[in-house]
Amino acid sequence: MSSIDPTLSRRDMMKAGMVAAAASVSPADAAAVERAATAAAAVPATLVVNGESRALELDPRTSLLDALREHLHLYGSKKGCDHGQCGACTVLVEGRRINACLTLAVMHDGQRVITIEGIGEPGRLHPLQAAFIRRDGFQCGYCTPGQICSALGMLDEIRQGFPSHVTADLSVGPEATDLEIRERMSGNLCRCGAYPNIVEAIGDLAEVRS
Amino acid sequence: MRPFRYHRPDTVQEAVEIAAGTPGARFVAGGTNLLDLMKLEIETPPALIDINRIGLDQIAETPEGGLRIGALVRNSDLAADARVREHYPVLSRALLAGASGQLRNRATTAGNLLQRTRCPYFYDPAQSCNKRVPGSGCAAIGGFARGHAVVGASEDCIATHPSDMAVALRLLDAVVETVRAGERRRVVKVADLHRLPRDRPDLETILEPGELIIAVVLPPPTGGRQVYVKVRDRASYAFALVAVAAVLHRDGGGRFALGGVAPKPWRDEAAEAELRRGAGPALAVLFGGARPRHDNAFKLALAERVLASILSQPSGVGR
Repeated sequence: MSSIDPTLSRRDMMKAGMVAAAASVSPADAAAVERAATAAAAVPATLVVNGESRALELDPRTSLLDALREHLHLYGSKKGCDHGQCGACTVLVEGRRINACLTLAVMHDGQRVITIEGIGEPGRLHPLQAAFIRRDGFQCGYCTPGQICSALGMLDEIRQGFPSHVTADLSVGPEATDLEIRERMSGNLCRCGAYPNIVEAIGDLAEVRS
Repeated sequence: MRPFRYHRPDTVQEAVEIAAGTPGARFVAGGTNLLDLMKLEIETPPALIDINRIGLDQIAETPEGGLRIGALVRNSDLAADARVREHYPVLSRALLAGASGQLRNRATTAGNLLQRTRCPYFYDPAQSCNKRVPGSGCAAIGGFARGHAVVGASEDCIATHPSDMAVALRLLDAVVETVRAGERRRVVKVADLHRLPRDRPDLETILEPGELIIAVVLPPPTGGRQVYVKVRDRASYAFALVAVAAVLHRDGGGRFALGGVAPKPWRDEAAEAELRRGAGPALAVLFGGARPRHDNAFKLALAERVLASILSQPSGVGR
């Protein structure tokens, strides 16, 4: 079992001592100290981020999004709503798109994570990034990293034959039509309303690949 | 989010043993609902048991000719499974009508069944809610209840169950298999899994503390034309106002279940006996005892029109 028992760490042995000391003061103080002690119990987790193995010690409450932003300083993945409603935090984990805000980093120990930083950068843009610029697929750009990670995961899902709500026939492999792109990208909001151009940019890449 | 102890067992046995020794611990799989509720401190478990490494991620054919779906099969994989698409299309359709691509990649079969209501009063700690804080009252009753239950609710809670998948599983007579430390595996009908709120809306299922769903089992395929029609405020990525799941046979018989109208998937076999007479008579039975509110009475008419439209289609695949 790879279970992590925080009571075994040296730091926690010290905290346990603090709890015992506080208990002689008042039960309320003791509870407060114990809460702080539990909060500090770090759990080791290694994430393979954009091809690079990164060993971290994390409060288990840390979302994957916060691990990327606050611990690894990869600020491309955005914290929009932090509740899985906007899609700005979308990253690829083991090749599949997920909301990084709705999962704990420690749950992904040993897994491969791709963020927008791993997809392309100035001077060597990914074709989808180039298509977003060509098609003007954004205004403020805040949702764009999530849109691009989501679109890459989504196009892969289409290639693998995953159906969607608008796939007319479940027995036939889907195609990257505008209708399919719109439905499959519904988990990524753009408050600037750049949707028509986002669909065109994704459609460009889908055509190139098909 | 409150601090918690994090456990990551490798087997089902370890998972249920940790749960048995840790009162209040919660299993976490996809986490798409539980972690959100923990951020809001609506859920405050002292420990999380991460079950993502214990297996249970396969779909297998049963000796009876049905399918046994592991508790950790992701919603997107279940919807895309060739056997589900061919023999249980209403289940694929229901799954694809729910959530977003990102969420379906993460959310699991068992987690989907156990997700909690999206009643906005449940989500708002500044409002009274008997489900969140037993005995505190229900701000939805007398509040803006457009999305709330019209049947099966109580004077203490009018929240709906949000799942689309659960409606299809109820329609298909699915059962869940569970285990608990030191006890035999037990089998529970999806029909019996969720409780009605009555005077304890905080108790949502019949599962015991530490009891883990390990699989959902589908009986052999029913055949027939299968449809899932979901009406919502947006074209995609929204919870149901009304959803109708149906299996219809050439002789005019069939079965149907509703989502978005009750605290659990809503089906009554007695209502199905009226299907040949039309949507009105069938829903008169299913909505017996309904108690709509000012804001949500439209759901009764909407459900009837959706069911009537399904019954009027002679053939083909509905959406």
